[in-house]
Amino acid sequence: MKHTVAVLVENKSGVLTRVAGLFSRRGFNIESLAVGVTENADTSRMTIVVSGDDNVLEQVMKQLNKLIDVIRVSDIPQEDSVNRELALIKVGVDSNTRAEVMQIVDIFRAKIVDVGAKSLIVEVTGDESKISAIEQLLRQFGVKEMVRTGKVAMNRGAKVVQSEKK
Amino acid sequence: MTKPKMSGSKAIIESLRMENVEVIFGYPGGQVLPLYDELYDADIRHILVRHEQAAAHAADGYARATGKVGVCLATSGPGATNLVTGIATAYMDSVPIVAITGQVPRPLIGNDAFQEANITGITLPITKHNYLVQDTKDIPRIFKEAFYIAGTGRPGPVLIDVPKDTQVETIEFEYPQEVKLRGYKPTYTGNEQQIKKAASLILKSEKPIFYVGGGIIFSNAAEELRELAECIIAPVTTTLMGMSAFPTAHPLSVGMLGMHGTRYANYAIQESDLIIAVGVRFDDRVTGKISAFAPNAKIIHIDIDPAEIGKNVRVDVPIVGDAKNILKSLLKFVKQEQTKTEAWIKKIAAWKKEYPLTYKKDNFLRPQFVIEQISEICPDAIIVTEVGQNQMWAAQFFNYKNPRTFISSGGLGTMGYGFPAAMGVKVGKPESTVIDVAGDGSFQMNSQELATVVQEDIPVIVAILNNGFLGMVRQWQELFFNRRFSSTCIEGSVDFVKLAEAYGALGLRAKKKSDVKDVIKEAVKSGQPTVIDFVVEREENVSPMVPAGAAINEILDLE
Repeated sequence: MKHTVAVLVENKSGVLTRVAGLFSRRGFNIESLAVGVTENADTSRMTIVVSGDDNVLEQVMKQLNKLIDVIRVSDIPQEDSVNRELALIKVGVDSNTRAEVMQIVDIFRAKIVDVGAKSLIVEVTGDESKISAIEQLLRQFGVKEMVRTGKVAMNRGAKVVQSEKK
Repeated sequence: MTKPKMSGSKAIIESLRMENVEVIFGYPGGQVLPLYDELYDADIRHILVRHEQAAAHAADGYARATGKVGVCLATSGPGATNLVTGIATAYMDSVPIVAITGQVPRPLIGNDAFQEANITGITLPITKHNYLVQDTKDIPRIFKEAFYIAGTGRPGPVLIDVPKDTQVETIEFEYPQEVKLRGYKPTYTGNEQQIKKAASLILKSEKPIFYVGGGIIFSNAAEELRELAECIIAPVTTTLMGMSAFPTAHPLSVGMLGMHGTRYANYAIQESDLIIAVGVRFDDRVTGKISAFAPNAKIIHIDIDPAEIGKNVRVDVPIVGDAKNILKSLLKFVKQEQTKTEAWIKKIAAWKKEYPLTYKKDNFLRPQFVIEQISEICPDAIIVTEVGQNQMWAAQFFNYKNPRTFISSGGLGTMGYGFPAAMGVKVGKPESTVIDVAGDGSFQMNSQELATVVQEDIPVIVAILNNGFLGMVRQWQELFFNRRFSSTCIEGSVDFVKLAEAYGALGLRAKKKSDVKDVIKEAVKSGQPTVIDFVVEREENVSPMVPAGAAINEILDLE
């Protein structure tokens, strides 16, 4: 079972190492990780996807909370949240296949962000399954290179993950 | 008001003074020269150890005995890495120490400079928190935070790595009044609803038992524990880390539980209907086979660290907070009520009578006898131990009365811990008799500190239970490896009396039972650092014993 955890941390050097080190030391598995600054410049937010049962999730959250540089940890439930990943996919094309690729890109509401004589770069955002689906479809044309971000996630509605409880 | 200008080194000394640091255990080197130059004039005692590992253990012993934060200091690279075992020891046992290390100058960091080691990286998993000083201006804030983090919540070691160039750079010094840490707010008071729930479980229970550990000692909750146990009339078992938290001779005491616990403690845990666990972490040495642990018991778990709750066992009533506070509140709820533990107490008394901790009482000099004699002659001593059989016998056969009188490396099980830790204990508690109960193996891991105790006049007594073996490993080889004593015989490795004398300490030896009293008395009377070589029965085993992985009531008697 996969869980998505949002972790607010101090925006300073070494924090990523502390978090990653904790996961490896305690034997937790990181499926994906994305980090970026938040609405406050002194706070970063990590979105970590971790696999394991509810006990593992509980331990992950408690252990993360023990790190001095971790300000807040919250579980983002799949059903009540917006989940996004981004991927850049370089697809090999020629004059015969270019149109077909562009059609697939359209259907997925993806974008072509670079066009070369023999290749295109497709930019796609969405949840994990959408990105996997377009990747599968593009494979027949020859995926030369692909890069994918970790997932970012946010609760729907009024619920927020903030450093200070209001 | 203008802030005083000073070097980073001076700022460190000023910060230590603000934290009321009286003593530092350390060893100088290239990257801490400016700091040592400041120490030269400072009114803080510096104790020069002979190996940095000993500095960390001494700071740890000092902290455990006094409840204050211990401080150790080492240079960069090898100095810093030599602290690692001591820091890990403190981390596993939740001991508040601040370790200060020198680092190569900032422009050289990452260049594999001479004596450079990434000590903040190395100690990441064995510190509560650590710092690399990147801006000299941060020194006062970092020290303030470090002492606060080390000593509050669940205590633990904090390391501060100080590049040499920050030690000489000038800053304006202002020590912060308070710490501002968004991510660190320990909980001290327990949730009242949970405490009420716990109280009602306690009042319903017919077979309750307290299972308590180091948390009682760190929270200074021994008095509250005794009051509550007497009020409920429930037996108390302690972990190794909890030894001395409850008086050994108290009628409700059932001694230590777990692998080398008493039979009656283990039986009581297994048969209990309610475990009141305080400041413990359900370690594998305590629970044995976890699926067979206390099958009929509901569990109340009181701990300051929420991550300990539910980590190893399922808990019915978790209470996060400081043990002292919570035990006090619990007492209020149960004080006026009647408990129904009479039959249970009788049953335990019968077990105690039937299965006492004992050993063969013959003419041979047995290690347990030595501990009993120490207990008799020095009833108020602080016992520090090495690791192995000596540690278990010290836990089993000394009569503990007051908290912080049993000091031992529980979690990490660090051989070589006892002697340098005893040194720190004696520095913190100069009025107490401090005895390191040692094995001939463990003592040799840090015996170089004889030079320190002699030079600094720290009169600790080392009582070596000398059996010429790495005894605990030998015991396992006897029981589980068909007596194939692979690399465990160290007989005749050194003459401990001459070793002591070579350093200028007093060396004594006892080979017969009848010698024991006299040498202990002579050691105490001498007021000098003393090593006593007790030449004991070679193949004595620690008994009882629960084999690793067995349920804790599957007990071997090894007498």
